[in-house]
Amino acid sequence: MFVNFGSNIVRALTKYWGLFLEGVGITLLLSFITVFFGTIFGSIFALMRRSRIKAVSVFAIGYVEVIRGTPLLLQLYLFYFMLPELLPFMNLSKFACVCIALVINSSAYVCEIVRAGIQAVDPGQAEAARTLGLNGRQTMLRIVMPQAIKNILPALGNEFVTVIKETSLASTFFVGDLMTAYATVRGSMYLVIEPLVIVGIIYFVLTFSLSKLISKFERRLKASD
Amino acid sequence: MIETIDLYKDFGSLRVLNGISEHIEKGEVISIIGPSGSGKSTFLRCLNLLEIPTSGSVVFEGVNLMEKGVDINLHRQKMGMVFQHFNVFPHLTVKQNITLAPVLLKKRSQQEADEYADELLARVGLSDKAEEHPRRLSGGQKQRLAIVRALAMDPEVMLFDEPTSALDPEMVGEVLAVIKTLVQGGMTCVIVTHEMGFAREVSSRVLFMDEGKVQEQGSPDELFSNPQNPRTKAFLGKVLR
Repeated sequence: MFVNFGSNIVRALTKYWGLFLEGVGITLLLSFITVFFGTIFGSIFALMRRSRIKAVSVFAIGYVEVIRGTPLLLQLYLFYFMLPELLPFMNLSKFACVCIALVINSSAYVCEIVRAGIQAVDPGQAEAARTLGLNGRQTMLRIVMPQAIKNILPALGNEFVTVIKETSLASTFFVGDLMTAYATVRGSMYLVIEPLVIVGIIYFVLTFSLSKLISKFERRLKASD
Repeated sequence: MIETIDLYKDFGSLRVLNGISEHIEKGEVISIIGPSGSGKSTFLRCLNLLEIPTSGSVVFEGVNLMEKGVDINLHRQKMGMVFQHFNVFPHLTVKQNITLAPVLLKKRSQQEADEYADELLARVGLSDKAEEHPRRLSGGQKQRLAIVRALAMDPEVMLFDEPTSALDPEMVGEVLAVIKTLVQGGMTCVIVTHEMGFAREVSSRVLFMDEGKVQEQGSPDELFSNPQNPRTKAFLGKVLR
């Protein structure tokens, strides 16, 4: 079986390097979109969780619990089939549906990241700001958030690493990501192991270098404390 | 200036303040002493509603702060507070720590605030630290910064919550010296403290609290030399040796 392993890898790479490269591009694009909008909506949900209006905080808590308590693959299926039905006038592409599902999923995790980051700021900081006469909003924006960001940014980086791996599930719908590239190569070359190894190495290089970058960044943040 | 009427505070089933009615006049310097867990800090924190009393009211300059529609933020601007753990803002420079609130709350322009900050820093001997971040400061320096940060809002009264309890012994003196100059300048102060010598020296009135009540009060001389309440005697017997 492994007689031609090396030569098969070389063959797959020379013939389909463009496809793999495109796969890397789409995987990174998907991940970036997911984390970018996930951060925006996740932060909004985190603030909603802290809301004094009960209905708002209960909604946010429910959202986070449901999303974190069900499989991502199920959510992908659900939104993939449900969104075009719900919003037929929007003519959503399948890429868009997958993106929305990923963002909805990631927002729940980011919400917890932001919440934990805010909670990790010493409550004395907010108290000091309030005694100076700052209102709740000013305290959040000027005192708590700037300090919470230091806790949040590294965790967001790790979320990015997680999302890179999770986007592989989007290949179920052939959106052209790395795993889709694998499936295409497998189908046309009748090879299973070799393209998997190639794609696996690419994923690992992406996540490993990103993790290294994050820990470097984290050390610099710590040093500025 | 500040009046509390029948103040009660419960934390769950624990009664921390057990009916406190006190009057604090302008220009008074009040030290609150008592064993830990007696409710001193909670009482102090109720004065600016950092803790919301379970019942009773806090009247500051004629306004009942507990009433609906009262903008507590406005009144807090006039009540400076200094904490045991300093709570200086680590992400801002020393000077920004001082100017943030006055500028944000439109009390002063940035330029005015900067000038006033320089003046305040000079007063507490921190001029050379103006552009540093608080992480480079010692505990005593942080607390002096916290004091001038509160002063930058021109408060009518200063509340001190065990301002020297978290300090290394050699730094206590420098912080107490700053508080003393405030007192000499006529600032109304309420000081929760374990520094009995200091309380005796600067206060115009001393309150002894235990079990959520003011058990005894009087001039420092009366209270420290001739305590009447057996609890006061027992407490002072333990701390004054």
